[in-house]
Amino acid sequence: MTEKKKNQTQNSTAAPVIHVAPSPHLTEQGLSTQKIMLDVLIALAPLVLTAVIIFKWYAIKQLAICLVCCLGAETLFIKMRNKIVTLNDYSAAITAVILALSLPATAPWYVAAIASFVAIGIGKVIFGGLGMNIFNPAMVGRAFVMIAFASLLGASGYEYSGSSVDVLSQATPMDAFKQGGVVATLSSLFWGLTNGSLGETSAFACLIGGIYLCIRRTASWEIPAGVLLSVVVCGGLADLLTNSQWTVFHHIFGGALLFGAFFIATDPVTSPLTSRGKFIFGVGVGAFVMLLRIFSGYPEGVMFAVLLMNALTPLINRWTIPRPLGG
Amino acid sequence: MGFSSKNGEGKGTFPHGVHPPERKSFSEEAAIEVMPQPEKVILPLLQNIGAPSKSIVKAKQTVQMNDLLAEAGGFVSSNLHSPISGKVQKNVSVTLPNGRHVPALQIKADGEQLSGLALRDDIFGGDWPTTGLEKFDSKAITDAVQKAGIVGLGGAAFPTHVKLVPNDKKPVDTLIINGCECEPYLTPDYRLMIEAPESIISGALLAARAAGAKNIYIGVEKNKPKAISVLKKAASGTGITIAVLKTKYPQGSEKQLILAITKREVPLGALPLDVGVVVSNVGSAACIARAVLRNKPLTHRIISVTGGGIQTPKNVLAPIGVSYGELIDFCGGLKSNAARIISGGPMMGFAFADLSAPVTKGTSGVTVLTQSDIHTENETSCVRCGRCVDACPMNLVPTRLALASRNKNLDLAERYNIMACFECGSCAYICPANLPIVQLVRMGKALLMAQKKK
Repeated sequence: MTEKKKNQTQNSTAAPVIHVAPSPHLTEQGLSTQKIMLDVLIALAPLVLTAVIIFKWYAIKQLAICLVCCLGAETLFIKMRNKIVTLNDYSAAITAVILALSLPATAPWYVAAIASFVAIGIGKVIFGGLGMNIFNPAMVGRAFVMIAFASLLGASGYEYSGSSVDVLSQATPMDAFKQGGVVATLSSLFWGLTNGSLGETSAFACLIGGIYLCIRRTASWEIPAGVLLSVVVCGGLADLLTNSQWTVFHHIFGGALLFGAFFIATDPVTSPLTSRGKFIFGVGVGAFVMLLRIFSGYPEGVMFAVLLMNALTPLINRWTIPRPLGG
Repeated sequence: MGFSSKNGEGKGTFPHGVHPPERKSFSEEAAIEVMPQPEKVILPLLQNIGAPSKSIVKAKQTVQMNDLLAEAGGFVSSNLHSPISGKVQKNVSVTLPNGRHVPALQIKADGEQLSGLALRDDIFGGDWPTTGLEKFDSKAITDAVQKAGIVGLGGAAFPTHVKLVPNDKKPVDTLIINGCECEPYLTPDYRLMIEAPESIISGALLAARAAGAKNIYIGVEKNKPKAISVLKKAASGTGITIAVLKTKYPQGSEKQLILAITKREVPLGALPLDVGVVVSNVGSAACIARAVLRNKPLTHRIISVTGGGIQTPKNVLAPIGVSYGELIDFCGGLKSNAARIISGGPMMGFAFADLSAPVTKGTSGVTVLTQSDIHTENETSCVRCGRCVDACPMNLVPTRLALASRNKNLDLAERYNIMACFECGSCAYICPANLPIVQLVRMGKALLMAQKKK
């Protein structure tokens, strides 16, 4: 210590404590991982609301089971790894809400519970926790129960007559068309007055929440744009070639397409980093959805399309390394 | 090609970048003040990019102000002159805020000194002609610049004569004088533009003559309307264009500034010269005028002493080699809430604690941040939100570079062009997960260079 500094320390009553740290010494205020995650929860609110309005306490039950199980699973698995439990980053809560919204109202409690544990355990923690997972955790959980309990989550599993909730007695619009050629009206698809997974039915709610996410830049607009573009192109071609009653608009507003495009495919952890990569990712999701919807035995394909493109994400990242300025 | 006012003033810019708080108000209204001549100065022998200077004085030798103390140690190096009159003392070594440990000359003040207003007049006063400069040819100008030991005063301290010497293979058509000052807090360039715009104009004309540039631009960010109007007045009739640019960080970075004004991209690993451009700071331009027209070396510079942790923020005309402690004392000392002392600005400056270190030619400011300015939040996981990708002015993928560096995956880092990063800090500023991206990238670059040397 130099003379000068010694003097200074002695002279001032409250000597300042000087820190050193690498630059930059400023950080943007009010921006944290936690706030980004909170934004997603806010954007999910209209979907939760419509789910509760349409499916009444079935929706509340599903959400409650998923929340309790996901947060519990996160605590348990992180404790097992001797790490600090980070429930306050809300990522487990998002997984829970998205998982619940992707399940049918009729699914028994153990389906939601198992899906939650698989989502957090195999979908996320096993890879090293938040930010390290390759696949969208909620979709991993859903895929597991979809295969393990095929009949409960297959198209017929959605139907349940004798309940106070009217829509539950109907087949899902996509299944009704696939099996019986019954075409739902566009307005019922838009407002969500149909059977289906809890969060997917209302295209309107998905658009409100999704646009909020894009404006807040929490979700990248390139992904939903890519999905919609490729669905419009593929659906338009299918319209021209097959003269089907299920038009491209039904494809967009029906099923989980908008829910998937805005809330599932946009998970930043499992999607590419650059805007070009994100767009390619979105186009890929849209193309696989259309492929599965038109040619496969499943009426819906959003979940598998997202998981497939998740697997391709490292490859897309490698293809789309941006050209540096002057490079 | 070229900067046209048709685009609208204040619109010209580069892609990406961030908007940190400007916080110029601490010192922007403080007129340049001359600090009392110190009792001694310590002059590190390496104050520029390139080779160190070689001392030509011996202990106990008497020197006058402006006397040559050390010679350039090569072409890319600079002369060093005494800012005060006095006696040379024993050589010392000092640790600069950037962590470099360098030998230094020590001069103890002795005898008559030029100080106060007389010093200010000597440096900024008098007439700065904009006509009749034809009598200086390129060689005369570059020689004078080289002799005066001028380096880039924006912070990088690249020897100025190296840029100005004409190169037959790489003709220069454009000179850009950089008055952007995009770093938050700092105002030395702003005060110079307000208080001595004529010296900048003179220097710009001379530099353009030396380099053979036909187009001259002075790039200023839109948030400095006073400086813009003063410069426009001073530049009228000289053919110099004042390019008003969007206020965005890092607008004052060389490659970003060239892109904003000329739409030319400087290739990776190349110099502005390769696209026919020379960029020089406004402070350096004023020094060029002083060196050529008055034959005076670079001995003093304007330093902003600013930030919430300083009692009275000021813009100080200080002799090179004065200690940071003396500068801070001249501005009333530290407040009790001072938490971090930075040489330079908060985005790219170096935090340090040893106030006995001397300021060098490249020191544009001392920023003292308070407890509430700095946030020591915990690092959380990267969720690949991509905000750093949207912020990077070099169009890199900072999170990839940082994590590849952390995992010592140098091949991956190289594939993502880690060497193109110039550590502006936009990514770490914006990162919601508080990742120390710049620090990690620095480490990765160092590891990669070490690996290449093997």
